[in-house]
Amino acid sequence: MLRYSRAKIAAVLLLVVAGFLYAAPSLMSPETRSALREAAPGFLPAWLIPHQAIVLGLDLQGGSHVLLEVDSAAVLKTQVATLRDDMRRILRDEKVALAGGLAVLPRGVSVRITDEAERKRVVPKFRELATPTSSLLSGGGTSAIDLVEDPDGLITLAITEAGVTEKIRKAIDQAIEVLRRRIDALGTTEPNIQRQGIDRILVQVPGLQDPKRLKEILGTTAQLEFRMVAEGSGASADVEMLPQAEANQPPLPIEKRVMVQGEDLIDAQPGFDQRNSEPIVNFKFNIRGAQRFGAATTESVGRALAIVLDKKVISAPRIQTAITGGQGQISGRFTVEAANNLAILLRAGALPAPLTIVEERTVGPGLGQDSINAGKIAAYVAAVLVVGFMFVTYGLFGLFANIALIIHVVLIFAMMSLIGTTLTLPGIAGIVLTIGTAVDSNVLIYERIREEARQGRSMIASLDAGFTRAFATIIDSNVTMFIAAAILFFLGSGPVRGFAVTMVFGIVTTVVTAVTMTRMMIALWYTRARPQKLPF
Amino acid sequence: MKLLRIIPDDTSFGFMAFRRLSFPFSALLSVISVAAFFAIGLNFGIDFTGGTLIEMKANSGKAEIASVRSVAAELDLGDVEVQEFGNQGEVSLRFGLQPGGEKGQQAVVERVRANFGKDYEFRRVEVVGPRVSGELVQSGILGVVLSIVAVLIYLWFRFEWQFAVGAVIATLHDLVLTMGFFAITQIEFNMTSIAAILTIVGYSLNDTVVVFDRIRELLRKYKKMPIAELLDLSINSTLSRTVMTSVTTSLALLALVLFGGSVIKSFSWAMIFGVVIGTYSSIFIAAPVLIYLGARVTGDAQDTAAESGEASKTTSR
Repeated sequence: MLRYSRAKIAAVLLLVVAGFLYAAPSLMSPETRSALREAAPGFLPAWLIPHQAIVLGLDLQGGSHVLLEVDSAAVLKTQVATLRDDMRRILRDEKVALAGGLAVLPRGVSVRITDEAERKRVVPKFRELATPTSSLLSGGGTSAIDLVEDPDGLITLAITEAGVTEKIRKAIDQAIEVLRRRIDALGTTEPNIQRQGIDRILVQVPGLQDPKRLKEILGTTAQLEFRMVAEGSGASADVEMLPQAEANQPPLPIEKRVMVQGEDLIDAQPGFDQRNSEPIVNFKFNIRGAQRFGAATTESVGRALAIVLDKKVISAPRIQTAITGGQGQISGRFTVEAANNLAILLRAGALPAPLTIVEERTVGPGLGQDSINAGKIAAYVAAVLVVGFMFVTYGLFGLFANIALIIHVVLIFAMMSLIGTTLTLPGIAGIVLTIGTAVDSNVLIYERIREEARQGRSMIASLDAGFTRAFATIIDSNVTMFIAAAILFFLGSGPVRGFAVTMVFGIVTTVVTAVTMTRMMIALWYTRARPQKLPF
Repeated sequence: MKLLRIIPDDTSFGFMAFRRLSFPFSALLSVISVAAFFAIGLNFGIDFTGGTLIEMKANSGKAEIASVRSVAAELDLGDVEVQEFGNQGEVSLRFGLQPGGEKGQQAVVERVRANFGKDYEFRRVEVVGPRVSGELVQSGILGVVLSIVAVLIYLWFRFEWQFAVGAVIATLHDLVLTMGFFAITQIEFNMTSIAAILTIVGYSLNDTVVVFDRIRELLRKYKKMPIAELLDLSINSTLSRTVMTSVTTSLALLALVLFGGSVIKSFSWAMIFGVVIGTYSSIFIAAPVLIYLGARVTGDAQDTAAESGEASKTTSR
């Protein structure tokens, strides 16, 4: 009980000092912090130098949290369409004439080839389409497409579950890249974009007052197409009616054939029309796009060219002369902001599939600051109440417990800064709650010491028995708390998770501070003062 | 200096005798809670129902609550719940799920902004679509069930099965009463409430385990003592710790209720209720249940000889 090796005392002191050092940057200005990081010698790993402030959650610093879900049905639809085109190409290459044509199924394509010789030629080519998926997770053995051959000549290529999942995964990867480029172009600081589950993307952007623009930028697919406006009113299979972007305008008949696509753009910048100073978007094609655009405009001088964004006609100007330079402009009665947005979207590229917002949480910076202030006051008041109560109950020993309590809170902050977990408002509530529960371990020990003393044991024997016997109870009772907090961490989302984190850290540090540190303080006091009876 | 002592040292209160009162009392409370849960129902927040929550603050510092109410009702967005809170003109608007799936929800914010954007600052906007809310319900229920099962398994390993069952009965009791608390007070039930419930589960178990630890210790020590007497002794000897810890925890929670702001308030009230009920159930439910389950320590006789001398000393005090 009384003897502590120098090494052990040094280790505990080191822990305390490290705790204060790692917690300290949260109190400094950002400039001081970056100066600290700069000043650090290069041979040390960055985490060793305490320069990280605690990361505040969006509910404290203000900002937007948007959860997007990819339209899985749309992904599957494109996948089926690609499969159909591939099969059609193979059939054409092999010069197989079909009686019935290709039948598009919800998850695949089937074709009936009655001639056996033709079937023998085509099936191996079809099989090449059904190459295994590249995903490491699916083991490489499962194929993206299953081929089934019926005896009566019906061949069905079906996209497998693994094939769809793989495609969605790729679509998400691509979408994350596109979103990153788009959000970076908005010029906001430190956006966080990450995959969530299989088919979702979480976007967190701090410090936006109105997320309207963010949502517009996230929710637009930005599939840009240049198509001809159909001449005459004859509705044929190659023409579709598309609505116009501008309100109260009738839909236009547009040819289904796409002349040039958005992926052939290399640049897009907002600008102003020199004639009427209306906001416009100037764009530039790559070589392939420039050639196609040149050819299309040369043969269609005098006709109207529709600029279609996500199946809506932005504008349909008449082609005055052939445009062969690979540059052009889009005008569509834009506001300055709309022209700006369109340029950003075109530069960043189109999303592989439409994304839908399934959850949005935005906190204004004013409320965030109010929450921080409220949390601070609550924490101070809680600390004063608990510290005072412990002192009037246990006197000197209460003081020891209070010192341990302060170190406990500092260690929670240090761990959060070091690991980089986010502090949320429920997280602050968690810390305040642990101020109340952390002293529990001390109370358990002290009450046990008193009991032992009342049973007539000597002072030193009571202290010793108190610590050893209470320890098992402390472990048992904290494990139950820990289990509840850990489960909350794995199942909770966002702010609630922040609460679970502080609870988990709180439980871990309380065992260290309340047991080891208090014990050390009492041992040191005992060897100095040699008291005859307990001070409480 | 005269130090504070809430529980006198020589307290020996007959807790077990109270089970004839506490069991019917808890049964009654549980029935009331279940009835309230089904008759009144919980006031689910948008986390679980889906919908839109908007908090705004009047630029003038004073909200025209009546006009907000009438304008909001005419937005053609279904039922809207308008509430004033705080004292600086803060108003919250809660809209239910709109038709039109995930995309349908986005119109709400735009329409509210268009109508109130001039006079009010938008402090918080939360939109939860139908799919996400369904998942949150699932993970909430799963979390509570999982944590109880996990703790049951842990206690079963550490103690006899009777203790695990006793702890779970007490925890379920706390859970039912807490749900009743949410139903009767109509405090909004959201993801933070799930956090509160899990913390209450954790706290209540923590309290129960401390008492159980002592019961197990004394069971090994006094093989012959009647179980009711032994339970009383265990509870009395841990009573001052039980009270101390509920006081410090309640003090911290009180600070949160008074100063923590509106988001935290409902969480803190639920927690205070949980601390009271958790403390009560450890003493009046979890421990007396052991009498009926016939808790006795099997095996583990080796440490009794060493402590028997001490035992006689304690009993004679």
